This record gives sequence, structure tokens and C-alpha cells, in this order.
Amino acid sequence: MSRLKGIKMTEEKKEFWRWKEYNWHDEAKDWKGVETITAGVDVGSVSSQVVIMLDGELYAYSNMRTGSDSPDSARKAMSWALEDTGMTLDDIHYIVGTGYGRVNVPFSNRAITEIACHARGGNMMYGSTVRTILDMGGQDCKAIRCDERGKVSNFLMNDKCAAGTGRGMEVFADLLAVSIEDVGEQSLDVEEEPPPVSSTCVVFAKSEATSLLREGWSKKKVLAAYCSAMAHRVVTLLERVGVEKDFAITGGIAKNIGVIKRLEKELNLTSLKSNYDTQIAGALGAALFGKTLIEKQRMKAK
Amino acid sequence: MITAGIDMGAKFIKVLLLKDGEIMAKAQEMAGFEPVEAAEKAFSKALSESRLSKEDVNAIFATGAGRKAAPFAQDSITEVGAAARGVTHSHPSVRTIIEVGAEEGRAVKCNEQGKVEDFAINEKCAAGAGSFTEAMSRALEVPLDEFGRISLTSSKSIPMNAQCAVFAESEVVSLVHAKTPKADIARAVHDAIASRIVSMVRRVGINNDVALIGGVSYNPGFVDSLNRGLETTVIIPENAEYTGALGAAIVAAERNKND
Amino acid sequence: MKANYGYLDGSGEFFITIDTDLCIECSHHGCVDACPVGMFEIIVDDYDDKVAAIKEEHRKKVKYDCSACKPVSDRPPLPCVEACTPGAITHSW
Repeated sequence: MSRLKGIKMTEEKKEFWRWKEYNWHDEAKDWKGVETITAGVDVGSVSSQVVIMLDGELYAYSNMRTGSDSPDSARKAMSWALEDTGMTLDDIHYIVGTGYGRVNVPFSNRAITEIACHARGGNMMYGSTVRTILDMGGQDCKAIRCDERGKVSNFLMNDKCAAGTGRGMEVFADLLAVSIEDVGEQSLDVEEEPPPVSSTCVVFAKSEATSLLREGWSKKKVLAAYCSAMAHRVVTLLERVGVEKDFAITGGIAKNIGVIKRLEKELNLTSLKSNYDTQIAGALGAALFGKTLIEKQRMKAK
Repeated sequence: MITAGIDMGAKFIKVLLLKDGEIMAKAQEMAGFEPVEAAEKAFSKALSESRLSKEDVNAIFATGAGRKAAPFAQDSITEVGAAARGVTHSHPSVRTIIEVGAEEGRAVKCNEQGKVEDFAINEKCAAGAGSFTEAMSRALEVPLDEFGRISLTSSKSIPMNAQCAVFAESEVVSLVHAKTPKADIARAVHDAIASRIVSMVRRVGINNDVALIGGVSYNPGFVDSLNRGLETTVIIPENAEYTGALGAAIVAAERNKND
Repeated sequence: MKANYGYLDGSGEFFITIDTDLCIECSHHGCVDACPVGMFEIIVDDYDDKVAAIKEEHRKKVKYDCSACKPVSDRPPLPCVEACTPGAITHSW
């Protein structure tokens, strides 16, 4: 059912920060005649996702790197999600744009912030018991408290500083020439947990890492020290909104077990797991908002 | 009265010899991995330059990040205190001192005696110090000394969205892709870091005359952006890198006068 | 809802928190004019409530933009906090 699109690696220089882009749709479902078809378009600064739902159930999605042009990325992600489904943009009843580039989704009916969308999406992905959601995206880190309906009661979003974001992790993956997908596992392959790097700042942490390598630290040990520092920093952010169980993690870094395990240890909480791809939480929430909005619209029209 | 000041900086150790308020000699050595050795070397250099021996020196005070480890020193003073005394010695009209190095930015408010009244620090964030300009010059693929100069040729003000050195690097790359002239990008970078420094200075108050010291003072692009942001013209003392050592030597003389 | 605008970076934690449940009660929105830098605006949030927020262009620079109101010594009460009658605004630094 799922198809993976491989990325061509150039011969000269492997790009360690690249993660796999992909699209998927449920071949077992038929969308024709469905009452409510909605879509969520999440254009982030690093990645873009589109989720298409049939009556509030996941039907198709795409996940790709955001290009230099937001409307263009939105279009590409949408056509990729629609690929081979026979569905066109006109078949979709309501489209909600979210993410950093949400105001630049030309075909959306409404824009809703990624905070509200992540809470809503998280509520579906992890169930109505989820109360605290941590989203670690490409260039930001969000801490969200929500109720049983996925309505936000407290939030913060840190997109000023690269530390604690995917970008910060990419810098280290590049420095140590380790594929971003392997960082987590490798960081856990250490005999003894080293002390975390002392600098929060990625630029200074990078210099610190270079010195550590010169002192004889292995790559894995340096990764462990960095993942540990990142986990600790994230805990500080979470403490500002307060952590209440159940706790869930969305976004790209949710796939980095090196950070997740250390985070869970410091919080003394296990994060809920989901069968859904953690990167689609925003787009999923947006598509759900779309369903509520089109239903409201239709009610008013009657 | 002959005194010495040893500035144990993170990158360079600076030593200065002072006789009755006049600078006799100065020397510097790279701190490297053995800062104490470097300090001893710099001290010997300064002594031979002034044809003095160690016994001729009445008192030695240290300053700088590594001041507690300084050899020979009887006592130490803070970097902020040393900067204030050092700058006002040669420029007695200065009331605000801005020091921007690679890793830190500082703003000091002082009185006419060079005593510190207030100070603010920007630390542990590369966007608030010289590391920012260094990283951007690399992103633009322009040597650092040229980077400052070309920014002076721009007349366009482009605000930068990113407030982080890592994100700013991506922003610079996007600007290059959008065919923005390098000079305009360079100016945007210098305006951005200058604006953060100016905000920090506001916390102690911008009181004329304002002096600028530290590695970034050698960047004309930064100086220009800073002057525009402060709405004044900063004084850049000669041999600014010896300000700390000078301040330490001055305080050493003062404290020993009372003995 | 508590909306925290700001960031955590190497130099510290800088957040302006607006309690929107208290903010909804307010009609005069004194914060907007009280701030000498003009950092506040009134928005309609995702839940269709009219509340105060920190403008996008200031969100990532709160430490720097608030510096005029936060001198090192003799810090006066913050104008935005004083102007907010429901007491919805708090600063973390």
C-alpha cells in the first residue's frame, strides 16, 4: 500500500540531513459519493504535508521537503497526495491551510494556526486521553496542553532558536557525517551516558563537539551528549506549560529515539505511540477542522 | 610605580606594563591549550621590550575570562571593571562602553572615574555576538574583512527575519537565490547584529560618549550599522585589545598607592 | 487559554504570557497603546475569540524589543502589565 520515493544522492557529497519523502493512499477505500471530503495542508518551513480525509477518516497523505516557494510546495504536496486516486482538487469540499506558510496556500478555504491543528490532530492520533503534546518540527518546537476534545488550554512555540529543532539536529548529523535517520539509534549505543554538551546554542555546541572529537570522543558519544542536551532543553520548555499525562510527541524528531528516550526518562513519563506518521499531525488536525467547518456551513445553509 | 596588567582572554593573552600612568610596553600571545605558559611568555616579552626585570614591577593584576589562573598576579578584577578603567584612561569623556567579541556582547555604564555603574551581557547565543557575522560571511562565501567593507556600499535596508545564526544562514542562502546583491545582504546582516547590541545597550542607557572595543570593532560594516542604530558615533580606542590589561594595571597602581 | 509568546535560547527564557480567558473580558485593550514599541495587536484566534497577541514581527525578538522597558537598574512597572485591567499579561523575565 505504501510507496517510498527514493532521493537521488549525488556522487560527490551525500546529504546526511535528507529524510525520505513519501505519499500514500488507502486503495481499499472509494471516495466517490462520500459525504465530506476534506483536506489539511501543512506548509512548514522545512517540510510540507497534505492529508485527505473521507468523513473524518484518513484516506491519503503526502510528506515532502518544502521548497523555496510556499504556494508551489502546497500545490506539489497536494497533487502528490492525490496521485493515482482519481480525485482532483475540485472534489474536495473544504481545505484548511496551516503551518508557517498557511497564508500562502492559494486553494485553501481557511487558515488555522499549527497550534490548534496539532492539538486536534494529536487528539485523533493518540486518543482523547492525551493532555500534553510536544511537537518538534524542522524549525520550531511546540509545547501544547489540551483537553479531551483536543482544544488548546496552554501553549508555547519556540521558533527563534535552532536548538531543540530538527534543523539543530541536522547540523549535528552533518558535522558527524551520520544520516539523520541513524542519529537516534547511534546515540543510544554508548556504554555510559556522557554528560550533555554544555552549550544550548547550536553554533557553540558545534565548537564544543569538535573539541570533544579532538579529545578522542567517539561520534556516538558526541551524539549521545547532544541528544541529552536537546532532551533537557525541551523539558525546560515543557515545564513552562506544565506536563500532564497522557503525553505524546509529534513531528519529525518523534522518530529520533535518542532524544525521545532521554526525554521520557527526565519526565518520568512514557509517550503514547501511534500508528500514524508523526509528521502528519498538523495536516490531520487541519483536515478535521475542515470537516467541522463544512458541516457548520451546511447546517447554516439549511 | 610600575604595574602590570594581564588579560587572560579566551583566545589571546595580553600583557601591559604601566609606569606612572604611561604605557611602557605591551605584548600578546595566543592562549592555545596552555594559557598560563602563554601568559608567562607575553609577560617576558613586555619586560624585555621595556628593558625591565620582574622585580621592577610593583604590582600585577589580572583580568579576563581566565583571570583566576593568571601567573604572578596578586589580585584580579572583572572584565567589565577593567574595560571601564582602561577606556576612560585614554578617553575620559566616555560614559558607555560596548564590547563585542566572538562569543559575548557587553554594555557598560561608567562614571567619570571609570567606575562601573551598570552592565548588561548578551551571552551563550551566537546571534548576539561576533560569531553571527562570522557565520554569515561564510554563508555568503565572502572573507570576513571584505564582508564588513561591502556592506558599506549598500544603501538598501532589508530586515532579517531570522534571529538565530543557524536560521539566518538559511535566510542568507535564500536571499542569494533570489538574486539579492551581496552588498545588501551584508548590510542586512550587520544591521541585524547591531540592532541586537543596541537593544542591550539601551538597558544600561545610551550616554555619550560611547566607546566600542572587542574583535568586532575592527569590522567597519558593524561600526556603521551600530552608529546608525545608536544615533551617535562611537569612539574606537587605539589598541583596543589592550583595554582590559590597561585597566588591570591601572587598578593595580591605585590599590598599591594606598599601601 | 494561556498563550506564551517568546522563546528559550542560550541566553535564557523570554516569554510574554497572555491569559486569553481573562483577555476576553476586556474591551478597551489598553496594552496595544501602552507598549512604546507597539508589540501588541488584537486578533481573532482559532477558537473565534477576540484577544491580544504579540505581533509576528516581535515574537522572536521579545528580549530585544522589551529592553527599553527593562533597564538593568531601577526597573519601573511594565506599561503593558499596568494597562491590562484583567491582569492577563505576565513576563517571565
